[in-house]
Amino acid sequence: MTTVTNPVANVGRATLEFLADVGRLCIFAAQSILAVFTPPFYFANLGRQLLSVGFYSLPVVGLTALFTGAVLAQQIYIGTGRFNAESTVPTIVVFGITRELGPVIASLMVAGRVSAAMAAELGTMRVTEQIDALTTLATNPFRYLIAPRVLAATLMLPILVLIGDIIGVMGGWALATTVLEYNSVGYLQRTVDFLETWDVISGLIKAGVFGFIIALMGCYQGFNSSGGAQGVGRATTNAVVSASILILAANYIITSIVFTD
Amino acid sequence: MATPKLSLQHIHKRFGAKVVLDGVNLDVDAGESVVVMGGSGTGKSVMLKCVLGLIQPDSGRILLDGQDITHVHGREREQLLRRFGMLFQGGALFDSLRVWRNVSFGLISAQRMSKRDARAKAVEILAKVGLGPEVGDLRPAELSGGMQKRVALARAIATNPEIIFFDEPTAGLDPIMADVINKLIIERVREMGATALTITHDMASARKIADRIGMLHGGKIIWIGPAAEVDRSGNPYVEQFIHGRAEGPITMAVRRQ
Repeated sequence: MTTVTNPVANVGRATLEFLADVGRLCIFAAQSILAVFTPPFYFANLGRQLLSVGFYSLPVVGLTALFTGAVLAQQIYIGTGRFNAESTVPTIVVFGITRELGPVIASLMVAGRVSAAMAAELGTMRVTEQIDALTTLATNPFRYLIAPRVLAATLMLPILVLIGDIIGVMGGWALATTVLEYNSVGYLQRTVDFLETWDVISGLIKAGVFGFIIALMGCYQGFNSSGGAQGVGRATTNAVVSASILILAANYIITSIVFTD
Repeated sequence: MATPKLSLQHIHKRFGAKVVLDGVNLDVDAGESVVVMGGSGTGKSVMLKCVLGLIQPDSGRILLDGQDITHVHGREREQLLRRFGMLFQGGALFDSLRVWRNVSFGLISAQRMSKRDARAKAVEILAKVGLGPEVGDLRPAELSGGMQKRVALARAIATNPEIIFFDEPTAGLDPIMADVINKLIIERVREMGATALTITHDMASARKIADRIGMLHGGKIIWIGPAAEVDRSGNPYVEQFIHGRAEGPITMAVRRQ
């Protein structure tokens, strides 16, 4: 077995396995998107997912946004204070939240909640043969299980991020008007003065992409899990880790290619 | 000679280097109940999953009423699967749905039956497997193992399939409950005139429900004959298996494929 000790062969094998994985993921993504647009549609399942991805993520997104906005205002106040530009704090806070921190932090938090839940649920269904049972009952698991999850996450993330944006700005405002003694009306006026619609929209578009990634990774890892309880645990971990990394990578790519202005 | 209802011809399947099915040939006639026995990990489940299309065989043909269904996919496969029922080993009940929704799943999703009709039908089918209407509102997790098997049986027969597969129908049940399930299987299958293919390693169950018994070993059906003749097979593998001896030509693989 010379191949085992040959480092070049190992690199080659790892590369091939990686590419095969990417290929499988792309096929899975294409099948998922196709399933979203082909009947039958399972509206009850979609409703349940909208509720679990959207509504039940509100507390975690809201709290994260609140603290992020507040700490952002505090830090930017210190930074801008070094060259007497404290009046720019509201503008920078809203800019940072709507374009970057809102979508990224909210999505990372939701990835932890939702990707994990999806991977665990679908993984358990896989290892207990429930997914095979679906197929034998003439029901396509992509349409029944995956399409509602992918669609729900893609639709709900922008809404969650918009709410997070507002709460984040209010977090900054709350800190600025209490701790830093800004004028309340002046702060809010400054916030909207230099804000452009595109700042918000670009963040929401990102959020939609991140939502898709969150559901895709949760479903992909769960759907392909094997090996009992341990396999489901592995799928859950992989889902959260891969979703988080893909979100950050996608964020960079989207920002650098699409949102340069 | 009539065309067999289901015919497996030279089915090969390997996972990596491990050859699981090495040329399986099996004919099942319409209305017949065939039991395939074999040790754990001999590929019995893989065989059923090949027929259902859950696993694609590497080579060979699967014929249903003489038609090749080996490479049927997508919507056509969905149509095809409506003619099958499957009882999974662990039940595979949908734990997010109540019992009556489980039982009527095929009726609602595949036959587009209304929820109200499906619910009435579910109660009717539950009665056939000896369960009262109050069970319909429970969740699968609230049921005992034997009850779960009954619900799974009810789900498998709900759509009146032409062919029903039973994957280890009595595994994990006490002998009495196992016999109850065996009886239910015989009654329901006879009543519907369905064709049944069962895989099991429970000899008592095999004798009870089979018209013919086959033995899967080394990826092949090495013996098949009428159920009454299983004790006079003259095949050392079959004899070792039905008497449950550790010594003999079969040596147990310790690892799963």
